[in-house]
Formats: sequence, C-alpha cells, structure tokens
Amino acid sequence: MAPILEVKNLVKNFGATEVLKDINIAIEPGEFLVLVGPSGCGKSTLLNCIAGLEPITGGSVEIGGQDMTHVSPKDRNIAMVFQSYALYPTMTVAKNITFGMKVRGLDQATQERKLAEVAAQLQIEELLNRRPGQLSGGQRQRVAMGRALVRDPKLFLFDEPLSNLDAKLRVEMRSEIKKLHHNLDATMVYVTHDQIEAMTLASKIVVLKGGIVQQIGSPAEIYNRPANLFVADFMGSPAMNLVPARAVANGKGVRIEIEREGGDTLILTDKEHSGLPENVVLGLRPEDIAEKGFRAGTNVQDATCLVDMVEPAGADTYVVSKLGGTMVTARLHAETGAKTGQMIDLSFDLSKVSYFVPETGERLN
Amino acid sequence: MPHRQNRLGRIALRWGLYILLGLFALYYLMPLFVMVTTSLKSLEEIRTGSLVALPRDVTFEPWRTAWAHACTGIQCEGLRPYFWNSVMLAVPAVAISTLLGAINGYVVAQWRFKGANIIFSLMLFGCFIPFQVVLLPMARVLGMLGLAGSISGLVFVHVIYGIGFTTLFFRNYYVNIPVELVKAAKVDGAGFFRIFWAIFLPLSLPIIVVTVIWQFTQIWNDFLFGVSFSQAGTQPITVALNNIVNSTTGVKEYNVDMAAAIIAALPTLLVYVVAGKYFIRGLTAGSVKG
Ligand SMILES: Nc1ncnc2c1ncn2[C@@H]1O[C@H](COP(=O)(O)OP(=O)(O)O)[C@@H](O)[C@H]1O
Ligand SMILES: [Mg+2]
Repeated sequence: MAPILEVKNLVKNFGATEVLKDINIAIEPGEFLVLVGPSGCGKSTLLNCIAGLEPITGGSVEIGGQDMTHVSPKDRNIAMVFQSYALYPTMTVAKNITFGMKVRGLDQATQERKLAEVAAQLQIEELLNRRPGQLSGGQRQRVAMGRALVRDPKLFLFDEPLSNLDAKLRVEMRSEIKKLHHNLDATMVYVTHDQIEAMTLASKIVVLKGGIVQQIGSPAEIYNRPANLFVADFMGSPAMNLVPARAVANGKGVRIEIEREGGDTLILTDKEHSGLPENVVLGLRPEDIAEKGFRAGTNVQDATCLVDMVEPAGADTYVVSKLGGTMVTARLHAETGAKTGQMIDLSFDLSKVSYFVPETGERLN
Repeated sequence: MPHRQNRLGRIALRWGLYILLGLFALYYLMPLFVMVTTSLKSLEEIRTGSLVALPRDVTFEPWRTAWAHACTGIQCEGLRPYFWNSVMLAVPAVAISTLLGAINGYVVAQWRFKGANIIFSLMLFGCFIPFQVVLLPMARVLGMLGLAGSISGLVFVHVIYGIGFTTLFFRNYYVNIPVELVKAAKVDGAGFFRIFWAIFLPLSLPIIVVTVIWQFTQIWNDFLFGVSFSQAGTQPITVALNNIVNSTTGVKEYNVDMAAAIIAALPTLLVYVVAGKYFIRGLTAGSVKG
C-alpha cells in the first residue's frame, strides 16, 4: 500500500540555525508513528512542517500520495492536537468542534450530526455548552481531540497532547488514545518527549536528537537493538547500563573484561558475538541482569559483584553495583536477600547485549 | 509595653496618612468645586460673593447660555454646533483608529513576518513625535487630499496620529495569546480575516475599552489639531470653548465660561464613569488562558 505520509530529505532552518537535517520518514495507513526525543530536538517543528504551518527549507512532504510541500494546512487533509490544546477561548465547546466545518461551509445538519457523533465518542455531551475556561485540563484535552476527530482526516498529528495532564490522567488518556487509534483505524503522528508514552503507543518509533533521526523502528527493535548510545540511554527506564569494557577475541566468541575498583577484573565470556574492537561500551538492560539461578539461557554468564545499593521498588528490587566506573543497575525479584556492602552472584544474559563504539556511539553488533 | 506603643504608632501613622490623602483630594477637587458653583451663580453674585462660597440662588441660565447662546466671535450659537462637530469627529476617528490598531496589533503579534519588529518600532516612534512637528506637513497633505478645513480631514489626522498608540495597545495584548491558537485555526481552514473576526476580536473587549477611552480622551480634548486644521463651521468644541472665553466683550461672564468648560469636559468624564472599571481591568489583564 502507498504510504499515507512520506517525508523526503526534509531540511528546516530558522535563519542560520539548522533545526531539522535531512529527515526521511514514511508511514503506512493505520500506523501509529511516535516521534520521540529530548526537549528542543525539533519534534514540534517537524510536526508543523508536516502540517504546513512552517514552510520547509528543503525536501518534500507527501500526504496520501500527493505532493503537499507547498499546500496550505487546510488543504492537507490533516487534523492536529496541540500541547496547549489551543481551544478558541470565546467559543463554546460545540462551536470549537464545529468551527472547522463552519469555515468549510458544511450544512447545519451535517455539522450537528458529526458533533453529536464525536461528543458521544469522547463522552463530552454534557460539556457542549461550556467555554474552555470552565473545563478541567482533562476535559479540554478531550475537546481538542474532538476538534480533530470531527475532521475525519487522512492523518492525525498530535503535539505532546498529554504533557499538561497530571500523571494519573495521562495514563488514562494514553490508553484512550490507543483505543481510539484502534477503533478508527486512523493514521497518526504523535510527538512526545516521554519514552514510556512512545513505547506504549507506537507501532513505529522515530528517535530524534538535535534535528537528526537517530533510529526508526518498532518499539521492540528500538528497545532491544538501539542504534547508538543516545537511543540506548534515552529509551527505557531505568536506563540501559552502559559499561566501558575491553573485548578480547576468544575462540568463536569474545572475552569481556570490565575494570572494578580495588578488585579483580570482572570477566564475562560472550559466546555469540565476535569481531569486536578492543574498546567497547557494553550495553545491558537492568532486566537482563538477574540474581544467579533466576535466568537460564545458552549465553548467560554468572559473576560475583559487590552490592553498593539496594532499591526496593515494590514488584522488583534494583541492586546497584559499580562496574567499569559506572553504576550498573540489576533488576532482581522482590524477595532477594541482597544487602548493601555484601557480595552477590549475578547472572548476565549476554544474548541481549548491545555493543557500541565508545567514540562515535555507533552500535557494533 | 513596647507592643502597645507599637500599636498606637501604627494607628497614628494610619490616621496621618488618611488626613494627608484627604488634603490632596480636597486640593484636586477645589477647581472642580469652584467651577460647578460659579457656573450656578448669577454674575451679580459672583461679583459680590466669595469665590469658594456656595451659590445663594442657584441659576441654570449660564448653562443655557453656554449651550445655545454664547458668542464665539461674531456668531452667538453657543457650544451646541461645535459639540456636534466634536461628536462627528471623535466617533469615527476613535472607531477607525481602534479597528486599525486591532488589525495592526494582530499582524505584528501573531503573523510575524520579516521586518515586523522594525515596522512596530517605527509605529512606536510615531507615538513620540510632538504634535507641533507634524502641523505643516499635515496641512500640505490635507490640502493635496482636498480635506483641508473639513471634519473628515480632522478625522484623518487623528486616525493617523492615533494608530501608533492603538497598535501598541493591541499588540501587547495579542502577544500574550499562544501562537498555537492561530495554528489551530489555520488547520481548521480559517484565513487571516476569519481568524481575526471569529477568534481574536471576541477576545479583545478589555483592550478595546482601554483603547476607546484613550483615543476618545485624546481626540475630544485635542486643541492644537482642531485649531490648526478646521475652519468656521467645522471647529471642534475645544476651539469653540477657547473662543467663547476669549471673545467676550465688556463684562467677563465667568459663570458662562465655567458652564461651557464643564460641558466640554463632560463626555470624557462620562466615558470614564461608564467604562472606567474595564479600563483598569484591561490595563492589568494578563495572558488569555484558553
Ligand atoms: N520560530 C522559531 N524561530 C527560531 N527558532 C525556533 C523557532 N521555533 C523553534 N525554534 C528552535 O528550534 C528548535 C526545535 O524546537 P521545537 O521543534 O519546538 O523542539 P521540541 O518540540 O522538540 O521541543 C529549538 O532549538 C527552538 O529554539
Ligand atoms: Mg515541542
């Protein structure tokens, strides 16, 4: 099927500042694409470029197979939800939702029918005669969604729609958006700086940093095989452990040596990977380090480590040990007997390991 | 004991403050008091009585004279025709300059184009050009436009002179409105004027009130432009007031002069009383929350 959205070699400058550099993205119908990255990396700018609210410096934007690079926002067949909701303050909720249809000259009956549909869908019927100022944050959020839904567009654009809500509401709305996406079979581009939001919502994630795409992939790909140190560190909480290490060829595999303060070097033997340079950064997620006996596999290596800190977190207990000059977190079961200052036997699941070049941050395996 | 002294001290301070404020208020009210009382006295009583005394026999004759019979030079029609001149001048001038200021402010604050800041700075600069400087060039322009000596000409002058201020007011108000509002409306399909009429203007009541009061006061009270660019028959009330006060022959009719001055000042006073509370609110209004 033809992609709904295709961004090709998009460049955006504000004056002399390069904000977006050679962005290439394609989305198939029904996909939920999440643009994630730290604040200021150009996510909103990219979304505005897709919407036609910012002129682009180079490249092209196609929507629904048509070149939209120079088409005005209203003719791009899109709908957008903004971070501040951007509801029209002097209009009632109903007028906010129907404004677009009114501007486009749809007849009254159609307007009312669509309004009723959307209001029912979002359960905001009793709010229709209120002004935005009389609504709570969550209600405003729904109205902003309603204004987008009523357009029935080819492409939905969301700019951090949940970031102004409190934590509990955010989780609720998150699953509601996911449901909505499923029910509508809509295509969405969703911007967030929250990697958990990205992981839970996306069918495809684009990680952006400094206006450059770092990686595009499914949530599992991004999580399990981060393309570089930035993605490895940014996605996942607690973050992936990134430990400087020495790799020494060892038969079919590789021997990994990790320096330890005042102790012997930690040695792990990775049987699956080879051809590594001498200096690497080893990346292993906390859940891939378990207490000895709790993880089985062909490439699991045991080692004894000093417990520097124990952090119970309810369902799990995090154990921190200093390896290779960094604090390495292991995610243990809640009933672990680990105590600060004592030794513990840990299992490292090297089938899940990522290796990176220390200087460039590029992934090796 | 020191606690008690402290308390007494505070009360004394408070009373001292009230007395001082009261004295200031009296000082400022004195001229108004003298004007009102004098306008209600007969000439006879003015001559014999004290300036600050209340009128013994209240008469409204001076008010009637000032409104309908007082002489401005050779004509003796009172302030009435000039009052209407001022109305015909102020109403369109205020309306047009406010509307233009609103559109300008909307453009400068929300449609940031290249050079927007420079244009806005130049407009601000326009606010600080003294009236006297523009008199001669303006006279030439009015002559060339064929508006010399007409009320339309005066409207034109006041609109031009007011745009700097009105733009400043509206720009500062609209700059607090999140840019996402315009973006949302653009995606909804609305254009430049639609967004202005449907979204921005309805938001603007407080700042419209501020601008109208400011412009009305400026234009109604203006003397220099009025005296420079009008001719017999198109003079505004301020010029007529001056003529009444200065062209009396023989006995000076202080009571008529006072009544005329109050009549001339009444509309601006009225505007303040009616819209004053919006004025304060508009000046202090913060950002508009959606
Ligand atoms: N209108 C603008 N003029 C100049 N610089 C801008 C403008 N809008 C955004 N920027 C800059 O572009 C960068 C990306 O901004 P933005 O897209 O808002 O980031 P994000 O949404 O990822 O937080 C920032 O450094 C910001 O300062
Ligand atoms: Mg942003």
